[in-house]
Amino acid sequence: MSSIIEKLLTALRGGVREMGEAVMDADGVRAIEREIEIAKGHIEDAKRSLTDVMVHKLEADATTKSLRLDIAKREAEALTALNQNDEALALQAAEQIARLETSVHEQLTISQRYNEQIQRLKSNIQKAEKLIADNERDLAVVQTTDKVQKATLQIADNAAAHNANLGSARETLERIKRSQQMTDYQIEAGEELQAERNEDPLAKRLEAAGLTGDSRSARDILERLKAKKP
Amino acid sequence: MSLINDLALKLSDAAYEGHTFDCLPIRGEVEVLQVQVSELDALPIYVTATETQILCISYLFRKGELLESRLAELNESLLEMSLPMPLSAFAIVDDFYVIYGALSPLSILENVLKELVTLARNANDCFQAFEEYLK
Repeated sequence: MSSIIEKLLTALRGGVREMGEAVMDADGVRAIEREIEIAKGHIEDAKRSLTDVMVHKLEADATTKSLRLDIAKREAEALTALNQNDEALALQAAEQIARLETSVHEQLTISQRYNEQIQRLKSNIQKAEKLIADNERDLAVVQTTDKVQKATLQIADNAAAHNANLGSARETLERIKRSQQMTDYQIEAGEELQAERNEDPLAKRLEAAGLTGDSRSARDILERLKAKKP
Repeated sequence: MSLINDLALKLSDAAYEGHTFDCLPIRGEVEVLQVQVSELDALPIYVTATETQILCISYLFRKGELLESRLAELNESLLEMSLPMPLSAFAIVDDFYVIYGALSPLSILENVLKELVTLARNANDCFQAFEEYLK
């Protein structure tokens, strides 16, 4: 099966206008959407089973653990009995240990089976998730193609209704020029303002009259210092 | 509220890198928002949303407006320009050469603003750069 991208390209080469519909009609879209829904349902089910199985496995593991503790306890009892030369008590403990070990073996088998189930469910979930992602991607390609084409028609119609021409290079050039002219005017206005500030008429007149603050006070100080000189 | 309506509301109050945004919804089957970025408003940007992406598109010129003898050269230049150009790429939709950018629908507003301003600037610059290919 060829990919959705290949189908689009073929449609494009064939000069098809309604590309979205060419590669997938409404029925096709609905079929994919249904497939996604079903896959999502499968994931839900699998996740629910997964939680159940995980709980069962934990239970089996906990049982194994407690059985092993029991075995350790019985082993200690058997050793004590042997130390006290109580063969009969030791044998009794050994029998219990044998039973417990059989149970441990059973629990381990059960746990192993749950583990296999968990792996199977996880792999099913992953497969379903991949299927959904693939389908959703295909759908997105079709829907985007379709939407952009419809939007373009709509935008072109709207522009025409406002006596403008969408994508008309001449009109765009005019607009860019106008916009740049506005920016130029703004820059010019800004520069003039700056120039006026730099050429503050009052400051200029003061300077001409030798009345600029800084130089005058410096001169005063110098005069004062000279006068103080003995 | 739809993503486009929500965006229209947020954009009207937003400012980014010294630009503001003028929004005008275009009525029709598909939800489209026309956005004009202040000082870069010669080429409006059209925003549409699908489940998987927000598409921002600016329509540059119609195929018929280009010098046929230099079309192959122009196409190659556009492909070469697409990668170095920040955030935007070129495409053809129907009869139009467009410049566009795509965003995740989960994008925060600031990313959308950055996209719009960058796209508007790219569109303006490209239009002038490719003027010589016009009839």
